[in-house]
Amino acid sequence: MGHGSVTAGRQSISFRRRSVIPGFGLTFGLTVTWLSLIVLIPLAALVLKTTELSFERFVAIVTAPRTLHALAVSFGISFAAALVNAVFGTLVMWALVRYDFPGRRLVDAIVDVPFALPTAVAGIALTALYAENGWIGSLLAPLGIKVAFTPLGILVALVFVGLPFVVRTVQPVLADLDKQYEEAAASLGASRGQTIWRVVLPTIWPALLTGFALAFARGIGEYGSVIFIAGNMPNVSEIAPLLIVVRLEEFRYADATAIAVVMLATSFILLFIINRLQQWTERRTTER
Amino acid sequence: MTIDVVGVSKRFKSFNALDNVSLHVRSGELVALLGPSGSGKTTLLRIIAGLDWPDAGEVRFDGEDALARTVRDRNVGFVFQHYALFRHLSVFENVAFGLRVRTGKDKVPDAAIRARVSELLELVQIDWLADRYPGQLSGGQRQRVALARALAISPRVLLLDEPFGALDAKVRKELRRWLRHLHEELPVTSLLVTHDQEEALELADRVVVMGHGRIEQVGTPAEVYENPATAFVHDFIGETLALPAEVRAGRLYAGDRPLALDSQGTADGPARLLARPHDVDFADPGDAPFAGRVLAVRTFGPVRRADIEIAGRDGPVVVEAAVPLQQDLATGGLIGLLPRKYRVFAASA
Ligand SMILES: Nc1ncnc2c1ncn2[C@@H]1O[C@H](COP(=O)(O)OP(=O)(O)OP(=O)(O)O)[C@@H](O)[C@H]1O
Ligand SMILES: [Mg+2]
Repeated sequence: MGHGSVTAGRQSISFRRRSVIPGFGLTFGLTVTWLSLIVLIPLAALVLKTTELSFERFVAIVTAPRTLHALAVSFGISFAAALVNAVFGTLVMWALVRYDFPGRRLVDAIVDVPFALPTAVAGIALTALYAENGWIGSLLAPLGIKVAFTPLGILVALVFVGLPFVVRTVQPVLADLDKQYEEAAASLGASRGQTIWRVVLPTIWPALLTGFALAFARGIGEYGSVIFIAGNMPNVSEIAPLLIVVRLEEFRYADATAIAVVMLATSFILLFIINRLQQWTERRTTER
Repeated sequence: MTIDVVGVSKRFKSFNALDNVSLHVRSGELVALLGPSGSGKTTLLRIIAGLDWPDAGEVRFDGEDALARTVRDRNVGFVFQHYALFRHLSVFENVAFGLRVRTGKDKVPDAAIRARVSELLELVQIDWLADRYPGQLSGGQRQRVALARALAISPRVLLLDEPFGALDAKVRKELRRWLRHLHEELPVTSLLVTHDQEEALELADRVVVMGHGRIEQVGTPAEVYENPATAFVHDFIGETLALPAEVRAGRLYAGDRPLALDSQGTADGPARLLARPHDVDFADPGDAPFAGRVLAVRTFGPVRRADIEIAGRDGPVVVEAAVPLQQDLATGGLIGLLPRKYRVFAASA
């Protein structure tokens, strides 16, 4: 590093460093081109479309109670679902990596099902299960808990679709963690709980954050499975993606894109924050 | 603290990793476990530490049953072969780990932790690295952190698994001397695994030679070198020149020729005569007990070595002999070998 270049150290103006790995120019060019075609240009079109609206109109659309509520439902419940997945996904992943139980491979395969299942199928299946006369719903009904056609139903659907993201990102990291770290902690007098809290969790933390971010992002964009179980009552259980579809069906394209742009910006900011957080934790564990 | 290992056996599936191993380590001793790869050194060390349990046998610390206690309560310092430093913690926090996990009435106040860690880092001479992360250290520095971390819990027993295995020759030598010094300063009984015989002979009070899950010999470095108990130890420690022979009716033969050498009470049958290369003289092929053809002569600094092909029972064998500098030796010529000092072992042993 600092090989007679313009500046030295991390605050270098030039982002191209001397490196033994060639092909920076080519890969950077490809990345930008590809990202532009697939991601940036469609997004730009989206933003462009909203410019058809006056600023006042835009503000009026996105601050309408129904819009605000839909956004709150989408982001709030996605966040909650990602949290649930972070906790329970970690438990599932732990069992899969650390214990050899009968049917382990089967469970391992089942984890991927939410990836592959058409989301509408998942939504219909979950609705059937959690409806008041469904297998699970009929058990919960006497306790006064209603899942289907409430915001709780949205949470269930988002937990379902988000689970594999957490499991699959954290699993390889834990599997690669040599048992000697835990042995070292134990030999220094740490209890099992202390070992997990002070040694294992910090190691899988960056991967867990990534898994959380992926599950969260998936939850925000999820449509198919949610609309069946949510009941879709405006101001109660209506998610933002559904509201966009509703507006499209009313031919109010500019309204739809305005909501989309707000979703886009919010998602981007949140994911960016999580990403930075993840980089920060990772830098601490792999500092070279 | 004394360590007693009594009749310990350990099997992995059908494989006998340790076979009825018994060992007594005196308080304050530094003992080296020496043996080829796969001989069970790590397995024995892990059982003493409490990271593994034996299938049979006992482990006692100061006469007390250690197997009843888990690794947490044995208060042993264990240094792993690849250090196993916690990557997300700074050097300081790595060393402090064993103190920070103490809770309740054993809780160590922060100031005491600071003082103790600083003292340890000074002891291992890396106090200036306290704020770095393990990923930013050299191998030798990581080794020192691993040692300081193990010493933080004031262990009475220090177990080191190939502590210098991953370091280059120069650093090893330096750390070796330093470890010996450290051991003498601390009230600790140390057990060190190595497969480097030079390291074991130079560092240890006593050496335990292991082979195939058994202890072959226990003794001071001089004893195991001068007086190997088995052919395995002779082969493994120091250089060995092995000459094929046979014992018939208590006499030693090379092929059909009776030799004017002592059979040392070895039972009748195929035998091997083992000697240190510098204990074998060159002689006239006619008068010497063994003779062979010189295949090659190599000079390497002050040492000269010759590959000599000798007729054995099952075809020719090549031995490597030490050649005195003044000795004339022509490649392709015949030369006699006369062992001055040697041991005879049955060939199967
Ligand atoms: N967990 C295990 N499962 C199965 N076999 C094992 C296990 N641990 C060790 N062994 C076997 O036990 C034997 C002794 O292993 P050990 O690690 O004690 O050898 P070592 O003397 O330390 O060798 P090295 O010098 O290569 O470290 C080896 O043959 C190894 O394959
Ligand atoms: Mg080993």
